[in-house]
Amino acid sequence: MPIRCEIVSQDRMVFQGDVDIVVVPGVDGEMGILPNHAPLLSTLKFGILKVRSAGEEQFFAVSGGVVEVQPNIITILADAAENVEEIDVTRAEEARKRAEEYLEAGPPPDTDAYLAMEAALRRSNLRLEAARRFRRGKLTHPYERGEGEGL
Amino acid sequence: MATPREVRLRIRSVKNIAQVTRALQAVSASKVRKAMQAVTNTRPYATKAWQVLTHIAGQPSKESLHPLLTRRSELKSVLVVILTGDRGLAGAYNTNIVRFASQKFDQYPLPVSYITVGRKGRDLMLRRRKNIIAEFSNLPAAPSFADVSAIGRLAVDEFLAGHSDEVYLVYTDFVNMVRQIPTMKKLLPLEVEEEDTRVETFGQDALRPHAAYIYEPGQIEILDQIIPRFTALQVYQAILESLASEHAARMVAMKNATDSATELASALTLEYNKARQQSITSEMLDIAGGAEALAQAIG
Repeated sequence: MPIRCEIVSQDRMVFQGDVDIVVVPGVDGEMGILPNHAPLLSTLKFGILKVRSAGEEQFFAVSGGVVEVQPNIITILADAAENVEEIDVTRAEEARKRAEEYLEAGPPPDTDAYLAMEAALRRSNLRLEAARRFRRGKLTHPYERGEGEGL
Repeated sequence: MATPREVRLRIRSVKNIAQVTRALQAVSASKVRKAMQAVTNTRPYATKAWQVLTHIAGQPSKESLHPLLTRRSELKSVLVVILTGDRGLAGAYNTNIVRFASQKFDQYPLPVSYITVGRKGRDLMLRRRKNIIAEFSNLPAAPSFADVSAIGRLAVDEFLAGHSDEVYLVYTDFVNMVRQIPTMKKLLPLEVEEEDTRVETFGQDALRPHAAYIYEPGQIEILDQIIPRFTALQVYQAILESLASEHAARMVAMKNATDSATELASALTLEYNKARQQSITSEMLDIAGGAEALAQAIG
């Protein structure tokens, strides 16, 4: 019995649909949420969010937020979220390079710019990592996608 | 009466003005659409965040939930965040919103301090000798959430530090192209109990939770994350609404300017033609008179 799941970031609806399981990066570790879960509120950290519906898996890179579980719906309020398939690898790579160069130049820490760049670096690393590991065709469990038959 | 040459110069300058205002009108029209689109894009998050807040508020709980949700028993001072434009040439847009804020807060029984957003608002409020604790100006043309979240955060900090006991947001609500209404909204403390109006605003029904939540890590940590973000989001939405209103007001002002410039140009063209005919007529009379005099002298 699937449950409704909605992922929203501040500027758009990222995902909505009926799903079988959602795995979220909670602050205290990964959490798998199945239908009929008890009501729950938890904060999220940087990480990969996994959604499975009818054997199809989708991955999202989220940078923090809140998840709310109701009997009939899972709501994820993400600070920023995007489907792994949508990640623009070249742009993320450029952003990482920019951030690294900035941080290497050794500006005074604790300024707003420094912290912002640090956050940007973490974000781009997450996106690149997500794109590398979870892009379609590069799934870690080919068997689940029916491609590993005969193994 | 002006000479034809002078009138011709005026016609040319009036036509130039009309060209500029027409361009500005077109630019504003497209900016209104973009700002409205941005408002629409933030709605899902605002709706969801509000739902989560109402769910939390609906939880059975003895102590008050969070300082940002708690109404203070004694009010000593209030803070007003007023959103205006950076630029003029937008008709009465900037004066309207400042006048609205004055009507609301000039006679207020408590000390009022202001956070102004936009250069025009800052200047107008300074001229009125208001107590401004912070000003934000030169916002980007299409601000992102990150660009303006500092405004919401400052309001939250001021409230939590106890410098002000209530925070209001004064902005211009965009109704349609010709109608923008100055609006006041209470930002803090966030009053979740009065959910009816708010839920209606976001066009959603509030779901009543059936059982108590499991919190991970804890209720306070979660509320700490949601509420300031929600406040900043409200400010962000209001800024986008105000931007749409500003551009709409500018568009209408520029349309009026273009219309009157066109009208003036046609009036001036008439005057020019009259002056030209007059000068031709008088030249003809001169020639005729001269010829007559010559004929008489010869004859």
